[in-house]
Amino acid sequence: MSEKPKLHYFNGRGRMESIRWLLAPAGVEFEEEFLESREWYEMLLQDGALLFQQVPMVEIDGMKMVQTRAILSYIAGKYNLYGKDLKERAWIDMYVEGVRDLMDLIRVHHKLSPQEQQKNLALIGEKAATRYFPVYEKILKDHKDDFLVGNQLTWADVQLIEAILTVEEKVPTILSEFLLLQAFKARVSSIATIKKFLQPGSQRKPPTDEKAVAFTNRIFNRR
Amino acid sequence: MAGKPKLHYTNGRGKMESIRWLLAAAGVEFEEEFIETKEDLEKLRNDGSLLFQQVPMVEIDGMKMVQTRAILSYIAAKHNLYGKDLKERAWIDMYVEGTTDLMGMIMYLPFQPAEAKEKNLALIIERATARYFPAYEKVLKDHGHDYLVGNKLSWADIHLLEAILMAEECKPDILSAFPLLQAFKGRISNIPTIKKFLQPGSQRKPPADEKFIAHVKKIFNM
Repeated sequence: MSEKPKLHYFNGRGRMESIRWLLAPAGVEFEEEFLESREWYEMLLQDGALLFQQVPMVEIDGMKMVQTRAILSYIAGKYNLYGKDLKERAWIDMYVEGVRDLMDLIRVHHKLSPQEQQKNLALIGEKAATRYFPVYEKILKDHKDDFLVGNQLTWADVQLIEAILTVEEKVPTILSEFLLLQAFKARVSSIATIKKFLQPGSQRKPPTDEKAVAFTNRIFNRR
Repeated sequence: MAGKPKLHYTNGRGKMESIRWLLAAAGVEFEEEFIETKEDLEKLRNDGSLLFQQVPMVEIDGMKMVQTRAILSYIAAKHNLYGKDLKERAWIDMYVEGTTDLMGMIMYLPFQPAEAKEKNLALIIERATARYFPAYEKVLKDHGHDYLVGNKLSWADIHLLEAILMAEECKPDILSAFPLLQAFKGRISNIPTIKKFLQPGSQRKPPADEKFIAHVKKIFNM
Protein backbone atom coordinates (compact mmCIF):
# COMPACT_ATOMS: atom_id res chain seq x y z
CA MET A 1 0.00 0.00 0.00
CA SER A 2 1.43 3.34 -1.09
CA GLU A 3 2.09 6.04 1.44
CA LYS A 4 0.73 8.85 -0.66
CA PRO A 5 -2.97 9.61 -0.76
CA LYS A 6 -4.52 8.62 -4.09
CA LEU A 7 -7.26 10.79 -5.57
CA HIS A 8 -9.92 9.28 -7.83
CA TYR A 9 -11.74 11.84 -9.97
CA PHE A 10 -11.83 13.17 -13.47
CA ASN A 11 -8.99 15.39 -14.67
CA GLY A 12 -10.60 18.66 -13.69
CA ARG A 13 -11.52 20.81 -10.71
CA GLY A 14 -15.06 19.92 -9.68
CA ARG A 15 -15.42 18.84 -6.08
CA MET A 16 -11.91 17.44 -5.84
CA GLU A 17 -10.13 20.76 -6.26
CA SER A 18 -10.57 21.86 -2.65
CA ILE A 19 -8.98 18.58 -1.59
CA ARG A 20 -5.98 19.19 -3.86
CA TRP A 21 -5.78 22.69 -2.39
CA LEU A 22 -5.71 21.40 1.17
CA LEU A 23 -3.14 18.66 0.59
CA ALA A 24 -0.78 21.04 -1.20
CA PRO A 25 -0.22 23.62 1.56
CA ALA A 26 0.18 20.79 4.01
CA GLY A 27 3.09 19.73 1.80
CA VAL A 28 1.51 16.34 1.19
CA GLU A 29 2.43 14.64 -2.06
CA PHE A 30 -0.46 12.82 -3.67
CA GLU A 31 -1.22 10.66 -6.69
CA GLU A 32 -4.17 11.00 -8.99
CA GLU A 33 -6.06 8.39 -10.96
CA PHE A 34 -8.27 10.10 -13.50
CA LEU A 35 -11.62 8.69 -14.56
CA GLU A 36 -11.21 8.71 -18.30
CA SER A 37 -14.27 6.74 -19.30
CA ARG A 38 -17.64 5.40 -18.21
CA GLU A 39 -16.11 1.91 -17.99
CA TRP A 40 -13.51 3.09 -15.53
CA TYR A 41 -16.22 4.58 -13.31
CA GLU A 42 -18.23 1.34 -13.50
CA MET A 43 -15.16 -0.63 -12.49
CA LEU A 44 -14.83 1.47 -9.36
CA LEU A 45 -18.52 0.89 -8.68
CA GLN A 46 -18.23 -2.84 -9.11
CA ASP A 47 -15.17 -3.01 -6.88
CA GLY A 48 -17.31 -1.56 -4.14
CA ALA A 49 -14.80 1.22 -3.86
CA LEU A 50 -17.39 3.99 -3.69
CA LEU A 51 -19.48 3.98 -0.53
CA PHE A 52 -22.32 5.97 -2.06
CA GLN A 53 -21.41 5.27 -5.71
CA GLN A 54 -19.90 8.71 -6.01
CA VAL A 55 -16.59 10.44 -6.44
CA PRO A 56 -14.51 12.18 -5.13
CA MET A 57 -12.87 9.20 -3.54
CA VAL A 58 -9.50 9.42 -1.81
CA GLU A 59 -7.49 6.42 -0.69
CA ILE A 60 -5.75 7.56 2.46
CA ASP A 61 -4.44 5.77 5.53
CA GLY A 62 -6.08 2.50 4.59
CA MET A 63 -9.50 4.05 4.00
CA LYS A 64 -11.36 4.67 0.76
CA MET A 65 -12.80 8.01 1.82
CA VAL A 66 -15.75 9.59 0.06
CA GLN A 67 -17.79 12.77 0.64
CA THR A 68 -15.81 15.92 0.06
CA ARG A 69 -16.39 17.47 3.48
CA ALA A 70 -15.43 14.28 5.31
CA ILE A 71 -12.21 14.05 3.31
CA LEU A 72 -11.34 17.71 3.90
CA SER A 73 -12.03 17.44 7.65
CA TYR A 74 -9.81 14.41 7.93
CA ILE A 75 -6.94 16.05 6.08
CA ALA A 76 -7.30 19.23 8.15
CA GLY A 77 -7.31 17.23 11.37
CA LYS A 78 -4.37 15.09 10.36
CA TYR A 79 -2.13 17.93 9.23
CA ASN A 80 -2.84 20.39 12.04
CA LEU A 81 -4.92 22.75 9.97
CA TYR A 82 -7.99 22.49 12.22
CA GLY A 83 -7.17 24.78 15.14
CA LYS A 84 -6.07 23.90 18.64
CA ASP A 85 -9.41 23.16 20.33
CA LEU A 86 -13.11 22.65 19.83
CA LYS A 87 -13.98 26.34 19.66
CA GLU A 88 -11.33 27.13 17.07
CA ARG A 89 -12.59 24.17 15.10
CA ALA A 90 -16.11 25.62 15.33
CA TRP A 91 -14.99 28.92 13.84
CA ILE A 92 -12.98 27.18 11.12
CA ASP A 93 -16.04 25.07 10.26
CA MET A 94 -18.25 28.16 10.07
CA TYR A 95 -15.82 30.07 7.85
CA VAL A 96 -15.22 27.08 5.59
CA GLU A 97 -18.94 26.40 5.17
CA GLY A 98 -19.55 30.03 4.22
CA VAL A 99 -16.87 29.90 1.57
CA ARG A 100 -18.15 26.58 0.25
CA ASP A 101 -21.59 28.05 -0.36
CA LEU A 102 -19.91 30.66 -2.56
CA MET A 103 -17.76 28.03 -4.30
CA ASP A 104 -20.86 25.95 -5.08
CA LEU A 105 -22.26 28.84 -7.14
CA ILE A 106 -19.08 28.79 -9.20
CA ARG A 107 -18.80 25.03 -9.42
CA VAL A 108 -22.12 24.69 -11.23
CA HIS A 109 -21.50 27.70 -13.49
CA HIS A 110 -20.42 25.84 -16.60
CA LYS A 111 -23.35 23.42 -16.38
CA LEU A 112 -25.71 26.32 -17.04
CA SER A 113 -27.01 27.65 -20.34
CA PRO A 114 -25.45 30.90 -21.61
CA GLN A 115 -28.40 32.99 -20.37
CA GLU A 116 -28.35 31.29 -16.98
CA GLN A 117 -24.59 31.84 -16.85
CA GLN A 118 -25.05 35.57 -17.15
CA LYS A 119 -27.47 35.58 -14.26
CA ASN A 120 -25.22 33.32 -12.24
CA LEU A 121 -22.22 35.55 -12.82
CA ALA A 122 -24.14 38.49 -11.41
CA LEU A 123 -25.21 36.36 -8.46
CA ILE A 124 -21.63 35.25 -7.77
CA GLY A 125 -20.43 38.84 -7.88
CA GLU A 126 -23.23 40.03 -5.65
CA LYS A 127 -22.91 37.29 -3.04
CA ALA A 128 -19.13 37.54 -2.93
CA ALA A 129 -19.19 41.30 -2.52
CA THR A 130 -22.10 41.66 -0.11
CA ARG A 131 -22.46 38.43 1.85
CA TYR A 132 -19.15 36.62 2.03
CA PHE A 133 -16.07 38.77 1.50
CA PRO A 134 -17.23 41.52 3.90
CA VAL A 135 -17.39 38.89 6.64
CA TYR A 136 -13.81 37.77 6.14
CA GLU A 137 -12.60 41.34 5.76
CA LYS A 138 -14.20 42.15 9.10
CA ILE A 139 -12.65 39.14 10.81
CA LEU A 140 -9.19 40.19 9.70
CA LYS A 141 -9.92 43.78 10.69
CA ASP A 142 -11.21 42.87 14.15
CA HIS A 143 -8.30 40.74 15.31
CA LYS A 144 -5.58 42.12 13.03
CA ASP A 145 -3.89 38.72 12.79
CA ASP A 146 -2.46 37.33 9.57
CA PHE A 147 -4.82 34.37 9.54
CA LEU A 148 -8.52 33.86 10.13
CA VAL A 149 -8.39 31.68 13.26
CA GLY A 150 -5.92 31.26 16.08
CA ASN A 151 -3.17 33.32 14.52
CA GLN A 152 -1.90 30.42 12.42
CA LEU A 153 -2.63 28.92 9.02
CA THR A 154 -5.72 26.71 9.06
CA TRP A 155 -8.11 25.05 6.61
CA ALA A 156 -10.20 28.26 6.73
CA ASP A 157 -7.39 30.31 5.22
CA VAL A 158 -6.73 27.75 2.49
CA GLN A 159 -10.41 27.55 1.60
CA LEU A 160 -10.66 31.34 1.52
CA ILE A 161 -7.72 31.86 -0.78
CA GLU A 162 -9.00 29.18 -3.12
CA ALA A 163 -12.33 31.01 -3.21
CA ILE A 164 -10.74 34.41 -3.79
CA LEU A 165 -8.70 33.17 -6.74
CA THR A 166 -11.64 31.24 -8.19
CA VAL A 167 -14.02 34.21 -7.95
CA GLU A 168 -11.37 36.50 -9.46
CA GLU A 169 -11.31 34.27 -12.54
CA LYS A 170 -14.96 35.23 -13.07
CA VAL A 171 -14.98 38.72 -11.55
CA PRO A 172 -11.44 40.12 -11.70
CA THR A 173 -12.12 43.25 -9.66
CA ILE A 174 -13.96 41.49 -6.85
CA LEU A 175 -11.41 42.42 -4.18
CA SER A 176 -11.29 46.11 -5.04
CA GLU A 177 -13.15 47.13 -1.85
CA PHE A 178 -11.40 44.65 0.40
CA LEU A 179 -7.95 45.86 1.29
CA LEU A 180 -7.29 43.36 4.04
CA LEU A 181 -8.31 40.49 1.79
CA GLN A 182 -5.92 41.77 -0.85
CA ALA A 183 -3.12 41.68 1.69
CA PHE A 184 -4.30 38.28 2.89
CA LYS A 185 -4.24 36.96 -0.66
CA ALA A 186 -0.69 38.18 -1.23
CA ARG A 187 0.52 36.88 2.10
CA VAL A 188 -1.01 33.42 1.87
CA SER A 189 -0.02 33.04 -1.80
CA SER A 190 3.60 33.48 -0.83
CA ILE A 191 3.65 30.65 1.69
CA ALA A 192 6.17 28.25 0.14
CA THR A 193 3.90 25.24 -0.35
CA ILE A 194 1.02 27.35 -1.64
CA LYS A 195 3.31 29.35 -3.93
CA LYS A 196 4.49 26.06 -5.41
CA PHE A 197 0.89 24.90 -5.93
CA LEU A 198 0.12 28.12 -7.77
CA GLN A 199 2.93 27.64 -10.27
CA PRO A 200 2.59 25.91 -13.63
CA GLY A 201 3.30 22.20 -13.48
CA SER A 202 1.54 21.70 -10.14
CA GLN A 203 -1.48 19.43 -9.72
CA ARG A 204 -3.81 22.42 -9.60
CA LYS A 205 -6.41 22.12 -12.37
CA PRO A 206 -7.44 24.85 -14.84
CA PRO A 207 -10.94 26.37 -14.82
CA THR A 208 -13.69 24.05 -15.99
CA ASP A 209 -14.87 24.59 -19.55
CA GLU A 210 -17.77 23.26 -21.66
CA LYS A 211 -15.68 20.39 -22.99
CA ALA A 212 -15.02 19.17 -19.46
CA VAL A 213 -18.71 19.41 -18.62
CA ALA A 214 -19.67 17.33 -21.67
CA PHE A 215 -17.03 14.78 -20.73
CA THR A 216 -18.25 14.35 -17.14
CA ASN A 217 -21.85 14.23 -18.29
CA ARG A 218 -20.88 11.26 -20.46
CA ILE A 219 -19.12 9.45 -17.64
CA PHE A 220 -21.92 9.98 -15.16
CA ASN A 221 -24.67 9.39 -17.73
CA ARG A 222 -26.29 12.76 -17.27
CA ARG A 223 -28.57 14.28 -19.88
CA MET B 1 -23.07 33.25 30.62
CA ALA B 2 -24.78 30.03 31.43
CA GLY B 3 -27.66 28.43 30.00
CA LYS B 4 -29.21 26.38 27.44
CA PRO B 5 -28.44 26.60 23.74
CA LYS B 6 -30.93 28.85 21.99
CA LEU B 7 -32.09 27.95 18.50
CA HIS B 8 -33.18 30.61 16.01
CA TYR B 9 -35.28 29.29 13.13
CA THR B 10 -38.81 28.95 11.89
CA ASN B 11 -41.22 26.71 13.76
CA GLY B 12 -40.62 23.78 11.46
CA ARG B 13 -38.05 21.15 10.54
CA GLY B 14 -35.90 22.49 7.72
CA LYS B 15 -32.18 22.56 8.39
CA MET B 16 -32.61 22.98 12.13
CA GLU B 17 -34.26 19.62 12.71
CA SER B 18 -31.01 17.60 12.70
CA ILE B 19 -29.70 19.98 15.35
CA ARG B 20 -32.78 19.42 17.52
CA TRP B 21 -32.32 15.66 17.11
CA LEU B 22 -28.68 15.77 18.15
CA LEU B 23 -29.23 17.97 21.19
CA ALA B 24 -32.17 15.87 22.29
CA ALA B 25 -30.25 12.62 21.89
CA ALA B 26 -27.39 14.09 23.91
CA GLY B 27 -29.88 14.96 26.65
CA VAL B 28 -29.29 18.71 26.24
CA GLU B 29 -32.21 20.99 27.02
CA PHE B 30 -32.54 23.86 24.57
CA GLU B 31 -34.68 26.93 23.96
CA GLU B 32 -36.14 28.05 20.68
CA GLU B 33 -36.92 31.49 19.35
CA PHE B 34 -39.11 31.18 16.28
CA ILE B 35 -38.90 33.44 13.28
CA GLU B 36 -42.55 34.12 12.51
CA THR B 37 -42.29 37.05 10.09
CA LYS B 38 -39.94 38.71 7.62
CA GLU B 39 -39.39 41.39 10.23
CA ASP B 40 -38.12 38.83 12.74
CA LEU B 41 -35.52 37.71 10.20
CA GLU B 42 -34.56 41.28 9.35
CA LYS B 43 -34.10 42.07 13.02
CA LEU B 44 -31.65 39.17 13.43
CA ARG B 45 -29.79 40.33 10.35
CA ASN B 46 -29.66 43.95 11.45
CA ASP B 47 -28.48 42.95 14.92
CA GLY B 48 -25.43 41.42 13.29
CA SER B 49 -26.40 38.06 14.76
CA LEU B 50 -26.17 36.12 11.51
CA LEU B 51 -22.65 35.79 10.18
CA PHE B 52 -23.79 35.12 6.60
CA GLN B 53 -27.31 36.58 6.96
CA GLN B 54 -28.71 33.07 7.24
CA VAL B 55 -30.33 30.75 9.72
CA PRO B 56 -30.03 28.24 11.38
CA MET B 57 -28.31 30.16 14.13
CA VAL B 58 -27.63 28.64 17.54
CA GLU B 59 -26.44 30.61 20.56
CA ILE B 60 -24.17 28.20 22.39
CA ASP B 61 -21.20 28.62 24.73
CA GLY B 62 -20.90 32.33 24.03
CA MET B 63 -20.94 31.91 20.26
CA LYS B 64 -23.64 32.73 17.76
CA MET B 65 -23.01 29.69 15.58
CA VAL B 66 -24.25 29.46 12.01
CA GLN B 67 -23.90 26.87 9.23
CA THR B 68 -25.68 23.65 10.03
CA ARG B 69 -22.70 21.34 9.68
CA ALA B 70 -20.50 23.52 11.87
CA ILE B 71 -23.16 23.54 14.58
CA LEU B 72 -23.72 19.79 14.39
CA SER B 73 -19.98 19.02 14.49
CA TYR B 74 -19.54 21.22 17.54
CA ILE B 75 -22.41 19.61 19.43
CA ALA B 76 -21.28 16.09 18.48
CA ALA B 77 -17.74 16.70 19.68
CA LYS B 78 -18.83 18.46 22.84
CA HIS B 79 -21.10 15.60 23.86
CA ASN B 80 -18.85 12.70 22.94
CA LEU B 81 -20.84 11.65 19.91
CA TYR B 82 -17.95 12.05 17.47
CA GLY B 83 -15.93 8.89 17.96
CA LYS B 84 -12.71 8.41 19.87
CA ASP B 85 -10.13 9.48 17.26
CA LEU B 86 -9.59 11.02 13.87
CA LYS B 87 -10.39 7.86 11.93
CA GLU B 88 -13.68 7.21 13.73
CA ARG B 89 -14.53 10.84 13.11
CA ALA B 90 -13.79 10.30 9.42
CA TRP B 91 -16.27 7.42 9.20
CA ILE B 92 -18.89 9.35 11.15
CA ASP B 93 -18.41 12.30 8.79
CA MET B 94 -18.78 10.07 5.74
CA TYR B 95 -21.94 8.44 7.03
CA VAL B 96 -23.46 11.74 8.08
CA GLU B 97 -22.79 13.30 4.69
CA GLY B 98 -24.67 10.44 3.07
CA THR B 99 -27.73 10.86 5.27
CA THR B 100 -27.49 14.63 4.80
CA ASP B 101 -27.68 14.19 1.04
CA LEU B 102 -30.74 11.93 1.38
CA MET B 103 -32.54 14.15 3.89
CA GLY B 104 -31.72 17.20 1.79
CA MET B 105 -33.61 15.69 -1.14
CA ILE B 106 -36.61 15.02 1.09
CA MET B 107 -36.46 18.47 2.67
CA TYR B 108 -36.55 20.26 -0.67
CA LEU B 109 -39.37 18.15 -2.08
CA PRO B 110 -42.16 20.54 -0.99
CA PHE B 111 -40.31 23.44 -2.61
CA GLN B 112 -40.12 21.81 -6.04
CA PRO B 113 -42.59 22.78 -8.75
CA ALA B 114 -45.68 20.58 -8.69
CA GLU B 115 -44.89 18.89 -12.01
CA ALA B 116 -41.52 17.71 -10.74
CA LYS B 117 -42.78 16.35 -7.40
CA GLU B 118 -43.68 12.88 -8.58
CA LYS B 119 -40.37 12.43 -10.37
CA ASN B 120 -38.41 13.71 -7.40
CA LEU B 121 -40.27 11.49 -4.97
CA ALA B 122 -39.45 8.49 -7.15
CA LEU B 123 -35.80 9.59 -7.21
CA ILE B 124 -35.74 9.89 -3.41
CA ILE B 125 -37.11 6.38 -3.02
CA GLU B 126 -34.64 5.04 -5.56
CA ARG B 127 -31.68 6.73 -3.90
CA ALA B 128 -32.78 5.58 -0.45
CA THR B 129 -33.24 1.95 -1.46
CA ALA B 130 -30.46 1.60 -4.04
CA ARG B 131 -27.73 3.92 -2.79
CA TYR B 132 -27.96 4.89 0.85
CA PHE B 133 -29.76 2.20 2.83
CA PRO B 134 -27.74 -0.62 1.24
CA ALA B 135 -24.54 1.15 2.33
CA TYR B 136 -25.64 1.41 5.95
CA GLU B 137 -27.11 -2.11 5.96
CA LYS B 138 -23.72 -3.38 4.81
CA VAL B 139 -21.86 -1.42 7.48
CA LEU B 140 -23.99 -3.04 10.18
CA LYS B 141 -23.69 -6.45 8.55
CA ASP B 142 -19.91 -6.31 8.19
CA HIS B 143 -19.10 -5.54 11.81
CA GLY B 144 -22.19 -6.97 13.48
CA HIS B 145 -22.34 -4.19 16.06
CA ASP B 146 -25.31 -2.25 17.35
CA TYR B 147 -23.96 1.09 16.17
CA LEU B 148 -22.39 2.36 12.98
CA VAL B 149 -18.97 3.40 14.34
CA GLY B 150 -16.80 2.29 17.21
CA ASN B 151 -19.42 0.06 18.81
CA LYS B 152 -20.87 3.09 20.55
CA LEU B 153 -23.65 5.58 19.90
CA SER B 154 -22.45 8.47 17.74
CA TRP B 155 -23.84 11.32 15.70
CA ALA B 156 -23.94 8.96 12.70
CA ASP B 157 -26.52 6.71 14.36
CA ILE B 158 -28.76 9.59 15.40
CA HIS B 159 -28.61 11.11 11.94
CA LEU B 160 -29.39 7.76 10.30
CA LEU B 161 -32.44 7.22 12.49
CA GLU B 162 -33.68 10.69 11.58
CA ALA B 163 -33.18 9.87 7.89
CA ILE B 164 -34.95 6.52 8.20
CA LEU B 165 -38.01 8.09 9.81
CA MET B 166 -38.11 10.84 7.19
CA ALA B 167 -37.83 8.30 4.39
CA GLU B 168 -40.62 6.23 5.94
CA GLU B 169 -42.84 9.30 5.81
CA CYS B 170 -42.27 9.19 2.03
CA LYS B 171 -42.87 5.43 1.77
CA PRO B 172 -43.85 3.55 4.92
CA ASP B 173 -42.36 0.20 3.90
CA ILE B 174 -39.11 1.67 2.62
CA LEU B 175 -37.05 -0.50 4.98
CA SER B 176 -38.64 -3.74 3.85
CA ALA B 177 -35.45 -5.02 2.23
CA PHE B 178 -33.20 -3.99 5.12
CA PRO B 179 -33.61 -6.22 8.18
CA LEU B 180 -30.58 -4.87 10.00
CA LEU B 181 -31.76 -1.29 9.56
CA GLN B 182 -35.16 -2.31 10.90
CA ALA B 183 -33.51 -3.70 14.00
CA PHE B 184 -31.29 -0.63 14.20
CA LYS B 185 -34.32 1.63 14.03
CA GLY B 186 -35.99 -0.25 16.89
CA ARG B 187 -32.86 -0.21 18.99
CA ILE B 188 -31.93 3.46 18.56
CA SER B 189 -35.53 4.60 19.00
CA ASN B 190 -35.52 2.97 22.40
CA ILE B 191 -32.59 4.93 23.79
CA PRO B 192 -34.28 6.95 26.57
CA THR B 193 -33.38 10.44 25.35
CA ILE B 194 -34.38 9.56 21.80
CA LYS B 195 -37.53 7.77 22.90
CA LYS B 196 -38.52 10.92 24.76
CA PHE B 197 -37.85 13.07 21.70
CA LEU B 198 -40.08 10.80 19.62
CA GLN B 199 -43.04 11.26 21.93
CA PRO B 200 -45.70 13.94 21.53
CA GLY B 201 -44.92 17.11 23.38
CA SER B 202 -41.22 17.09 22.53
CA GLN B 203 -39.51 19.78 20.47
CA ARG B 204 -39.49 17.56 17.41
CA LYS B 205 -41.29 19.28 14.55
CA PRO B 206 -43.92 17.73 12.25
CA PRO B 207 -43.47 17.47 8.48
CA ALA B 208 -44.19 20.73 6.70
CA ASP B 209 -47.69 21.12 5.26
CA GLU B 210 -48.66 23.39 2.38
CA LYS B 211 -49.66 26.24 4.66
CA PHE B 212 -46.31 26.16 6.41
CA ILE B 213 -44.38 26.02 3.14
CA ALA B 214 -46.20 29.12 1.90
CA HIS B 215 -45.41 30.83 5.22
CA VAL B 216 -41.70 29.97 4.96
CA LYS B 217 -41.51 31.09 1.33
CA LYS B 218 -42.84 34.48 2.37
CA ILE B 219 -40.36 34.93 5.18
CA PHE B 220 -37.34 34.00 3.06
CA ASN B 221 -38.51 35.60 -0.18
CA MET B 222 -38.47 32.27 -2.00
